[in-house]
Amino acid sequence: MNKKVFAIIMAATMMLACLAGCGSKAPSNTAAIKIGGIGPLTGGAATYGIATKNGAQVAVDEINAKGGLQLELNFQDDEADGEKGVNAYNNLKGWGMQILYGCTTTGSCVAVAGETASDRYFQLTPSASSSDVTAGKNNVFQMCFTDPNQGIAAADYVAANNLGEKIAVLYNNGDAYSTGIAMAFIDRAKELNLDVVAQVTFPDDSNTDFTTQLNEAKSAGADMMFLPIYYTPASLMLAQAKDMGYAPTFFGADGMDGILSLDGFDASLAEGLMLMTPFNPTATDERTQNFVKTYTEKYGAETLNQFAADGYDCIYAIYDACVKNGITAESKPEEICEKLIATFTSADFKIDGLTGTGMGWTTLGEVSKTPMVVEISGGAYITK
Amino acid sequence: MAEKMKKLNLKKALKGNIATYLMVIVAYVVLFALQNLGLLSYSLAGFLVPICAYIVMAVSLNLTVGIMGELSLGHAGFMSIGAYTGAVASALLADLIPIAPLRLAICMVVGGVLAGLVSLIVVVPVLRLRGDYLAIVTLAFGEIIRNIMQCLYVGKDSSGVHFGMSESALDLAADGQMIVRGPMGVVGIQKISTLTMGFILVMITLVVVLNLIRSRQGRAIMAMRDNRIAAESIGISIPKYKIMAFVTSAVLAGAAGTLYVMNFSSIIAKKFDFNTSILILVFVVLGGMGNIRGSIIAAATLTILPELLREYADYRMLVYAIVLILVMLVTNNPKIKAMMVKFREEKLAPRLPKKKAKEGDANGK
Amino acid sequence: MSFLTNLINGLSLGSVYAIIALGYTMVYGIAKMLNFAHGDVIMIGGYVCFCSVMYLGLGTLPSILIAVVACTLLGILVERLAYKPLRQAPSLAVLITAIGVSYFLQNAALLIWGSAGKVFPSLLDGIPPLKLFDGDLSISGKVIVNILVCLITMTALTLFTGKTRVGKAMRAVSEDKGAAQLMGINVDGTISLTFAIGSGLAAIAGVLLCSTYPMLMPTTGSMPGIKAFTAAVFGGIGSIPGALLGGLLLGVLEIFCNAYISQELSNAIVFGVLIIVLLVRPTGLLGKPIREKV
Repeated sequence: MNKKVFAIIMAATMMLACLAGCGSKAPSNTAAIKIGGIGPLTGGAATYGIATKNGAQVAVDEINAKGGLQLELNFQDDEADGEKGVNAYNNLKGWGMQILYGCTTTGSCVAVAGETASDRYFQLTPSASSSDVTAGKNNVFQMCFTDPNQGIAAADYVAANNLGEKIAVLYNNGDAYSTGIAMAFIDRAKELNLDVVAQVTFPDDSNTDFTTQLNEAKSAGADMMFLPIYYTPASLMLAQAKDMGYAPTFFGADGMDGILSLDGFDASLAEGLMLMTPFNPTATDERTQNFVKTYTEKYGAETLNQFAADGYDCIYAIYDACVKNGITAESKPEEICEKLIATFTSADFKIDGLTGTGMGWTTLGEVSKTPMVVEISGGAYITK
Repeated sequence: MAEKMKKLNLKKALKGNIATYLMVIVAYVVLFALQNLGLLSYSLAGFLVPICAYIVMAVSLNLTVGIMGELSLGHAGFMSIGAYTGAVASALLADLIPIAPLRLAICMVVGGVLAGLVSLIVVVPVLRLRGDYLAIVTLAFGEIIRNIMQCLYVGKDSSGVHFGMSESALDLAADGQMIVRGPMGVVGIQKISTLTMGFILVMITLVVVLNLIRSRQGRAIMAMRDNRIAAESIGISIPKYKIMAFVTSAVLAGAAGTLYVMNFSSIIAKKFDFNTSILILVFVVLGGMGNIRGSIIAAATLTILPELLREYADYRMLVYAIVLILVMLVTNNPKIKAMMVKFREEKLAPRLPKKKAKEGDANGK
Repeated sequence: MSFLTNLINGLSLGSVYAIIALGYTMVYGIAKMLNFAHGDVIMIGGYVCFCSVMYLGLGTLPSILIAVVACTLLGILVERLAYKPLRQAPSLAVLITAIGVSYFLQNAALLIWGSAGKVFPSLLDGIPPLKLFDGDLSISGKVIVNILVCLITMTALTLFTGKTRVGKAMRAVSEDKGAAQLMGINVDGTISLTFAIGSGLAAIAGVLLCSTYPMLMPTTGSMPGIKAFTAAVFGGIGSIPGALLGGLLLGVLEIFCNAYISQELSNAIVFGVLIIVLLVRPTGLLGKPIREKV
């Protein structure tokens, strides 16, 4: 009859749950604008969530140090899952969030965007890149390129620079980001008369062995491989390609950024790897240098990548728009939402950040900035 | 004496069932009132429908694991079939049936039936394998379903519904609309699940499962679990009852999947992976094998628990793991168990001789 | 030739599954418990080895040794705290506790070592590849080491359980706990020892896994863990040669499926084949048929 003890314990926890739900949580800064953040802090995708959280925090600290308008960031874990994302969102609503920054991953972001669109919260995501995130909602904006746009830009770049005669595409068929870019790339490549000789995929959860995929690309005679995949599997793939003695031109998307900061990564594997990334940590401008310095001091260099830089830019974009509209800690979320939408979509609203200059937004919520291609040489990015 | 015992046991069981129904009804009435008065926190309000779905999942898995005694590690597979079918059906029926609750009900039936049909395929190994071998087959089955869902594209246009393995393979007409897009999942789902619909599904599940347990068939299933050979030798048809329990469980899981998915605006197949199957198994084991009320309480509590731990920030999931281990250790501690038995004996003492009470306890498990 | 190359790649992947499956099957065979935390002990083994190479600057062998010792201690600790109190509890209660331990280890690793992946140092790169057919076919040193370690472990385990006193006690416990106790065998101690050995094996598996696929993350152990569990059942859970066979076959099957059938559906096909095999042989390839007592 241990069930009864259990039932009592459980019932007690339930009561606690209800009480905790009603009571308020951490004491918060009353004069600051409350920005809620959502992203994975645990689980397999934690590294991306942590980068976006830290990047945004650097920006918040800088802004608060300036005096004037103050911001407060409350970042909640969603384990890269839609249900948990909505839970986190509801939690933030209870906290008194005024603006939503997030989510980091596409799956969760689509689910949460459905909620913010009906509740009227302004939402800016650093890295959820699927076009589903913004489709049909006027309150959701992206700091990163959408997947189709990135695929098209990549194909255009490949064609314009004649990177390869025969092209193989390797993507993760269980991942929306990877599949989205790959499909757009392949469609665009067809229009441009590029020769895609192999399309190879791997499932989301067994992403360690790429030998068959590489063999297929090799035997199809591909001299360039397009890799819209994240840097973690990519580092394994590059090592296996080297073992096989297969060395085409590798061309990655923005998910490849971060490969050089992997602890223990042999940078010679990535020699000659080209990638599209909005952020170059070795750029010499003062702002990037300051960001890199502060970030590394506070959080180490491991997660310093475009996710962090996108997060930093998001906070500045929100801040600029808030200042422009005279938004204060007392403003209602719906009121902020309508004002910021008008600002973001106006033609004269431009943001200069780490991931681009003169960034503006379309009414669809997509960012317009110039894509940047870098080549890795001697363990550093060389802008092309 | 034996006659008396049996009556008493039956009465006790009936009382237990009524208590379970009452618990659910009271919880619903209170939550519904609070929700309509706007007194629920946003967090709790957001949980209501997922909790209902998880309760149905846990109760239906308890039928397989607790009552039938076969370990299943792929229950999320049936949930995903229900979820995807429901989402597609809802998208197709959106114009035909404008009344949301009716549409949801139809979608749940469709989702449940399809999950039931698929479970008939899985029944073949269920009949042939046992124990950990069956567990691995159900795990494999869950992974197969998820893999297929990740490659599935569904679209509709004026000429009907199209299925395929890629967007271009569907060959939609110009007025076409994609419903399921492989790894991108289903987006733009109309959120039509409500607490009331969830409550109705929980009640239906309880009626089905509790009556099944108390019926002749249910006793046959439990006899099969306790001693298969003895059960067979008194003429119980093993395949018949196994299929009955397994398919019922799958149908309910399918309906729960539909309820779940209609609470979110989008869904991806990744959600229904091995971890979700395990999560539901945790509800069942923690609530007590074969104990329906326990499953309900465990499902509700463990869904809320990670949210309560949010203030621990980075240590949240670590604390969750520790709580999980501690609860298992405490509830299985022989000393605490003995204490409970003693407590029960004392309570029952005026009515029954001590020895009989102990027997009653063993039967009740 | 591409067929042979695929076969070698399959064996390479399979040998990693096999070495993990050996640990699984060993614990299952004796303690009759599915230790879902096994994959995470592997991950911890990988991290410990990584730290001793990268931060302490130790050589390959001392690092592996440290990893083995650390994992063995971890195994004993986990067993003492989480599994031992549940000796008398239903097996599913232990299964759930094991899942709790798995969550705990993953999240502890996340807090200790961070979320970003770590590239495992190439410990086995010194071993020259084997070149066949005038260099058309090359078998890398890692694959040779993996398969050798698998064979050695399998032989050692078979000999250990078959010949030594302790090993015989283990087999006795696995057959019938009650009878073993009556014969004066320390059942509790034997089961604890099994966990210690299983966790030590996990450390070796961790080093091999991470040397073959040099990427360490807190979730590194979970998917190979599930695959290896599948492999162990495939070969007949509890059977030591079965684990090796199951692991190798699973790896080959996966690679062949990728190469010749479909990459999108490879998981579905591999698991489908597994179900069919189990339908034909309900206790796995080398598993003992279940005897029923009437």
